[in-house]
Amino acid sequence: MASQDDFRKQMEALRPYLLRFASLQLRDTAAAEDAVQEALVAALAAEASFAGRANLRTWLTGILKHKIVDTIRRQSREPTFAAEVDEEGAEIDVLFTERGHWGERPAAWGDPDGALEQSQFFRALEMCLERLPARTARVFMMREHLGAETGEICKELGITPTHCWVLLHRARMTLRECLQQTWFAK
Amino acid sequence: MKLLSCRESTRLISQGLDRELAFGERVALRVHFAICLGCRRASRQLAFLRRAVRMLPEPRQERS
Repeated sequence: MASQDDFRKQMEALRPYLLRFASLQLRDTAAAEDAVQEALVAALAAEASFAGRANLRTWLTGILKHKIVDTIRRQSREPTFAAEVDEEGAEIDVLFTERGHWGERPAAWGDPDGALEQSQFFRALEMCLERLPARTARVFMMREHLGAETGEICKELGITPTHCWVLLHRARMTLRECLQQTWFAK
Repeated sequence: MKLLSCRESTRLISQGLDRELAFGERVALRVHFAICLGCRRASRQLAFLRRAVRMLPEPRQERS
């Protein structure tokens, strides 16, 4: 059937995008490829439910998000992840004085939204993300990239809401500092 | 009312992106912002960070 071939071709064309999306989240190429493969198989089986929707990429990304959460759920049961050592707040300590004032006051970023038009900015952002400790990055990306609520994240990763907020605070402050240094200061 | 340090202020700014802050927390933050340029900037910059990460992996295309 011609239309089904078209559908497959369009899906294949989106594979690199989906792979990048999954890699950002999982930081593991093999796991990302598996998740994308599972998503594409599920999408083929569900082709009928796509009919009439405007955006194939948005639809596929939605399916992929579920597969990513499944992968995270499996991984978080593995002992290596649960046993990862946490040095709470060390990254944040260096940003403030002992009395809790800024060590260096955040500089103005002007109109940062201009950066959102530049693919180079997104490369800088990805590099900053890669520098985060794995567990911190996992929680941050589940929250901000997958759009999960902190309650869901706690459940999937088996951590308390307070711990979750600490990790998110740490991630945001570290990323802010990294973008300051690698992008906005230039 | 307890005055916030900048470190505590950023903790609340961050949590404000994940949960609804209590009335007292919002007031404490507002009082702190009135005297602290660094935290006002940090607040805007963390909101920007959220917008940017939502657009990964590609700029300006996902918005359909």
